Amino acid sequence: MNAPLLPVAAASTSGADLLLWVAFPYACLAVFVVGHAWRYRQDQFGWTSRTSQLFEHRWLRWAGPLFHLGAFMVIGGHVVGLAVPDTWTEAAGISEHAYHTTAVWAGSVAGVAMVTGLGMLCARRLLTRPIRLGTDRSDKVLFPLLSATVLLGLSATATHNVFGPGYDYRCTVSVWFRGVFTLQPQPDAITGAPLLFQLHALTACLLFAAWPFTRLVHVWSAPIGYLARPYIVYRRRAVPTAAARAATGGNRRAPHPGRTR
Amino acid sequence: MASGETTVGPRGEAAVGRVMAQVAMVMNLDKCIGCHTCSVTCKQTWTNRTGVEYAWFNNVETKPGVGYPRRYEDQEHWKGGWMLDRRGRLVLRSGGRVKRLLSLFSNPDLPSIEDYYEPVTYDYDNLVSAPAGPDFPVAQPRSVLTGRPTPITWGANWEDGLGGAGEHAGADPNLSGAWAEKVRFEFEQTFLFHLPRLCEHCLNPACVSACPSGAMYKRVEDGIVLVDQDRCRGWRMCVTACPYKKVYVNHATGKAEKCTFCFPRIEAGQPTVCSETCVGRLRYLGLLLYDADRVGEAAATPDEKDLLDAQRGVFLDPHDPDVIAAARDSGIPEDWLEAARRSPVYDLVMRYKVALPLHPEYRTLPMVWYVPPLSPVLDAVDAAGGNQDDPDHVFAAVTRLRIPLEYLAELFTAGDTDVVGGVLMKLTALRSFMRERTLGEDGDESVLKAVGLTTREAEDLHRLLAVAKYADRYVVPAAHKEDAAALTAVENRCPVESSGGAEDPGGGRVMLGIPTLRRKKTGDRP
Ligand code: HEM
Ligand code: SF4
Ligand code: SF4
Repeated sequence: MNAPLLPVAAASTSGADLLLWVAFPYACLAVFVVGHAWRYRQDQFGWTSRTSQLFEHRWLRWAGPLFHLGAFMVIGGHVVGLAVPDTWTEAAGISEHAYHTTAVWAGSVAGVAMVTGLGMLCARRLLTRPIRLGTDRSDKVLFPLLSATVLLGLSATATHNVFGPGYDYRCTVSVWFRGVFTLQPQPDAITGAPLLFQLHALTACLLFAAWPFTRLVHVWSAPIGYLARPYIVYRRRAVPTAAARAATGGNRRAPHPGRTR
Repeated sequence: MASGETTVGPRGEAAVGRVMAQVAMVMNLDKCIGCHTCSVTCKQTWTNRTGVEYAWFNNVETKPGVGYPRRYEDQEHWKGGWMLDRRGRLVLRSGGRVKRLLSLFSNPDLPSIEDYYEPVTYDYDNLVSAPAGPDFPVAQPRSVLTGRPTPITWGANWEDGLGGAGEHAGADPNLSGAWAEKVRFEFEQTFLFHLPRLCEHCLNPACVSACPSGAMYKRVEDGIVLVDQDRCRGWRMCVTACPYKKVYVNHATGKAEKCTFCFPRIEAGQPTVCSETCVGRLRYLGLLLYDADRVGEAAATPDEKDLLDAQRGVFLDPHDPDVIAAARDSGIPEDWLEAARRSPVYDLVMRYKVALPLHPEYRTLPMVWYVPPLSPVLDAVDAAGGNQDDPDHVFAAVTRLRIPLEYLAELFTAGDTDVVGGVLMKLTALRSFMRERTLGEDGDESVLKAVGLTTREAEDLHRLLAVAKYADRYVVPAAHKEDAAALTAVENRCPVESSGGAEDPGGGRVMLGIPTLRRKKTGDRP
């Protein structure tokens, strides 16, 4: 099934499809990668979750965990559903039916949690005036785009897989998705997919393009290292010599390497 | 003799470990007139920006009173500082590492803006632009958070001078013991004092320990605790962990900010802005050398009432040759050792032991100490028809007047009234002895002896507390030149540099994610 389609211009693919399902995704990915590199180098100071808990905590108490836990499950689901070919799961002895049932159930729970959480986050953002006034341009792009992506994804699943006859995106959308990453783009795989799936894929591409320019960069700073480091962090003003480092037990962060201004 | 008053050789015979130096502060509370100059100059220097309008790196609160943010001392509620778990290990009160990461998405113990207060500005423009009319135009208050007119209902020192204390001061978390009823009933006649507060630059900082990103750190050279603005990711766990609530969220940048101990001034050998501008001249700055290897052990001292002695045990005598040798090994420069020997802070904390830490029971080993106020006691003597100038009357008041003593003990000694009482006795003895001297008499040395002072020491302490000049109050050695290049490199992100506010037109470094002009109508200053 992975017959190489390079060079891309397979005869049957229209120019519009090439643009939408090859050029556009690659452009978005390029912006994603370059954007992150640029922002990481240029804007450490802006790299934050931009907490708004100071202004509103009652809704956040529920919305924060709901949204985030939902998001983690949804991301996990996408990794399994998109990146893992169906032949692999079948080889692992998981039948298409079993896979499908689990996916629909787990996906629905995760999706609903994420949507509820996101809905509440948006609501508090709109209703709490200090938060609304503190909503900047990047948020005004992020929240609608994130909501659109999540809602399209959820309605695609609901329409076709929960209430509909069932649609096996693993033979179409997933093939296209993997094609993008294996550098063997297969635009044809997705052109026949239902509209909701196509729109979901396109908004997701946009979301990835916007990612580095929004507060979503906080995702890459998940502080796992905290579990292992000593509680008290000492730092020297001066760049320590090896001897001084030993003298202070090495329990100290080196000065930030990337910034010398 | 009170337990804190024994003449401890602080270290016993244990070997000296890693020596670090700390620029520490002592405040003599008797002299604070509650003018708030320190708060205002600090604000003008550090927090007159969008995002930190509500933050006071230095604030002055009235005691008894609920404090700022409201009831911050109630750690059952706010979960600040450290505690001992059932097995006697030192743990952050807000929970362990895993729990902290799990509560990232919504911090269950974060004060909200109402716990501080809603910052306002005024419609000054109305004063000049209002049309002519029969009434005087007024400048209405406007919230800087919403841009709307708002009534002012709370502030950083709402019960200033006990105003409204009848309504609020009962909520002071220090008024918890059985004795508190009496205070609640009587304190309007008996006592009031001001408590200026800033970050304690703790030896065992809970804020640093709770920071998931490792963005907060304690400087090896001078002990100043800072937030690396480039590394902070806005997880806001430090705010909860600090029992003194001296880390603030900048709501415009989404990053934590805190008192910097005016490190650029300290590095230049100058006092902090709050010290420099203190009207009462009650602040002292100087070095304390400490044994960094014994910090954890001291903070885990089982009995809260022993924490004061435990912390004093971590401090090192800068005159002791062993200490000097160990300090040299640890890379402390000679001029710093010399400054440590001249440190007024060392004298007040270690030699005369008249300074006490604020809430040692939080176990962060705070480094801003206080000489407890004698004036409430003197007022009480007056109120009881006694004579302030008669040491016997004052001694009697110190021991018998349960009211201020227990309250002060709650603040400074984890409830140990003997220690606070001992300090107040010392101050009383000093006062009466020096008074007699000033009136041309010899002075009664037996009074001094009773509190463990010689005549020389009394004169010394009196000079330090009453007449010390600028150079005696602030003994701050400049940072070393050879470190200077690295200095600007590491601390390049001074919080005022990028305000995220309107005054940042070039925007330079803050390119994304920061609102430029948030509230056009309200002006951009609190
Ligand atoms: C990797 C682990 C993550 C951590 C530790 C984390 C943590 C946080 C924190 C602390 C906030 C600020 C909440 C507040 O106080 O206002 C936040 C906000 C947010 N996070 Fe995450 N997050 C993570 C992953 C993600 C992921 C995977 C997404 C979505 C793809 C996401 C989307 C958001 C959004 C949209 C907000 C803004 C909420 C609002 O202010 O309305 N986060 N996150
Ligand atoms: S007082 Fe200062 S150093 Fe101590 S825990 Fe609070 S912020 Fe940290
Ligand atoms: S400036 Fe000095 S006297 Fe005035 S409030 Fe501050 S500490 Fe007290």
